[in-house]
Amino acid sequence: MDTKSLKKRSDYEWVIEPHGRMRVPAVIFGDESLIKAMDDKVCEQATNVASLPGIVKASYAMPDAHWGYGFPIGGVAAFDAEKGGVISAGGVGFDIACGVRTVTTGLTIDEVEPAKRTLAELLVRKIPAGLGSRGKLHLNKKQMDEVLVGGARWAVEHGYGDKQDLQRIEEHGTVSGADPAQVSDQAKKRQEDEVGTLGSGNHYLEVQKVAEVYDADIADVFGIREGYVTVSIHCGSRGLGHQIATEFLKRMATSASGYGIELPERDLACAPINSPVGRDYLGAMRSAINCALANRQMLTHLLRQAFASMFAKAELKLLYDVSHNTCKEETHLVNGQQKKLFVHRKGATRSFGPGDASVPPEFRGVGQPVLIGGTMGTASYILVGTCESMSLSFGSSCHGAGRCMSRNQAMRQWQGRDIVRGLEHRGILIRCPSLRGVAEEAPGAYKDVSEVVEVAHNANLSRKVAKLLPLICIKG
Amino acid sequence: MSGKREKSGWEHFEHEADVGIRGIGATKEEAFQQAAVALTAVITQPEKVAAKEEVAVTCTAPDDELLLVDWLNGLLYEMGTRRMLFGRFEVKIEGGELMGRAWGEKIDVSRHEPVVEVKAATYTELSVRQDAEGVWVAQCIVDV
Repeated sequence: MDTKSLKKRSDYEWVIEPHGRMRVPAVIFGDESLIKAMDDKVCEQATNVASLPGIVKASYAMPDAHWGYGFPIGGVAAFDAEKGGVISAGGVGFDIACGVRTVTTGLTIDEVEPAKRTLAELLVRKIPAGLGSRGKLHLNKKQMDEVLVGGARWAVEHGYGDKQDLQRIEEHGTVSGADPAQVSDQAKKRQEDEVGTLGSGNHYLEVQKVAEVYDADIADVFGIREGYVTVSIHCGSRGLGHQIATEFLKRMATSASGYGIELPERDLACAPINSPVGRDYLGAMRSAINCALANRQMLTHLLRQAFASMFAKAELKLLYDVSHNTCKEETHLVNGQQKKLFVHRKGATRSFGPGDASVPPEFRGVGQPVLIGGTMGTASYILVGTCESMSLSFGSSCHGAGRCMSRNQAMRQWQGRDIVRGLEHRGILIRCPSLRGVAEEAPGAYKDVSEVVEVAHNANLSRKVAKLLPLICIKG
Repeated sequence: MSGKREKSGWEHFEHEADVGIRGIGATKEEAFQQAAVALTAVITQPEKVAAKEEVAVTCTAPDDELLLVDWLNGLLYEMGTRRMLFGRFEVKIEGGELMGRAWGEKIDVSRHEPVVEVKAATYTELSVRQDAEGVWVAQCIVDV
């Protein structure tokens, strides 16, 4: 992206002033090198989002932004329902409530390292991953509706996890306002065997070591210690979320003109929050959020079983669970007034700072954990939310590395076998049913996650706490 | 990763995060069929999929582009719920209605080595058009 079209507000904040149909400015976070490497489409899409009815303050793109569907991946935008604000299925994305959770194990690297290979094979057997895999549960219609209303709370009530887990999940594991009646039979059918499955693509379950701690006091509050082992799970709402997104995208695309909304591109399909389509989508999307929370909770249960069978002293505690594809009703300060807004985060993580009532009490003194997933060969990071992010980006930060190369290009450039071997040489075990899948997910196909995190840190979107390096990566 | 580039075939095209699929044919129907082969090729080699079972997919949409997305998403639904892959397709389009048939088999992970699960066909880079020489091209980006 050419920086000439942008106004530099600070070293890490670049602004596109309103022009044409834009109602508010677009703000892109990044240092000069990230901005220059960013796809022009990010600029175009952030500009398009800024033209949607009822948008408040600005349309934002996080430092890991890349070309998405309507919204850029890494896009954040808040809408005021009272001012004709919209909700967009594209602004949430196809994998509704895709997110990351990180679990501490109480084990040191020295305890896990000798058993690494056995652990990898056990996890492959235990964790349903990849196309065609099935979960351990088959849900009937009644159970499905209970999952969609209850989320992770449903899973815990059915023996999959501890009550304490719920305190460490956004919205205590259950988002309110879910309406399973708005979820089609097709979407439910796609999910009946998929609760507790990992999926594929960039989704993973990764055993990691805490390689570096940047802020010892906050790491202590989070229960993170250098030399100890963590596990992170990255996945979402599976077939149910994909189906809901597909159906509502079409409904919104075909009904937009009836609401007087001119769509700059079809993927930006949206409807007024206060409209039948908007309300139906909210009910369905919130069901998908609960589905994703239940899914990650079930996977955590399987993970605990696996660790318990190998390590007597393992104690798997949930650090936190964040969703990075959502639209959530939140209260934010706008022009000195508290306003209820619908905040879209497409490939962006909440980054609420100290004192925020929605942050779990034990973290309220420091801010929420912000979990940034890397790629299979690179680092992941734990950051902490900031008060500054509230005014910078409606309390949002980046979510990952973001791709910088297409899948086809990656496949041409690398051989899956070489990547697996190379990583094994560095002590990282990759388990994936497809070598082509490994090549397409090659670490080199992603931006440098450390650079993205550095910018998020320097821009005060979130602050670095610890760096995690992979030991075992299970992919679908 | 491309088939014949002439008057009939399929290919993939570049997208930063995902994959573009393109079907080419002498008729709109053939372009839709080839786009479905291109969809399967994101997941596995289409020639590895045996035509053991037939599944019907029908959809209606107000225009050709939305119809293409519905057809591909209809196939993804059948793949997901039946745990199948498809390698051969037949499409009839009358007005805004598509009547499709797909032939395939249950997923066999060791033989098909599925690369990735496709989440959805999207409206990005979506087009169904006939070029100056009368060749039909049907394409979109799929989210993986």
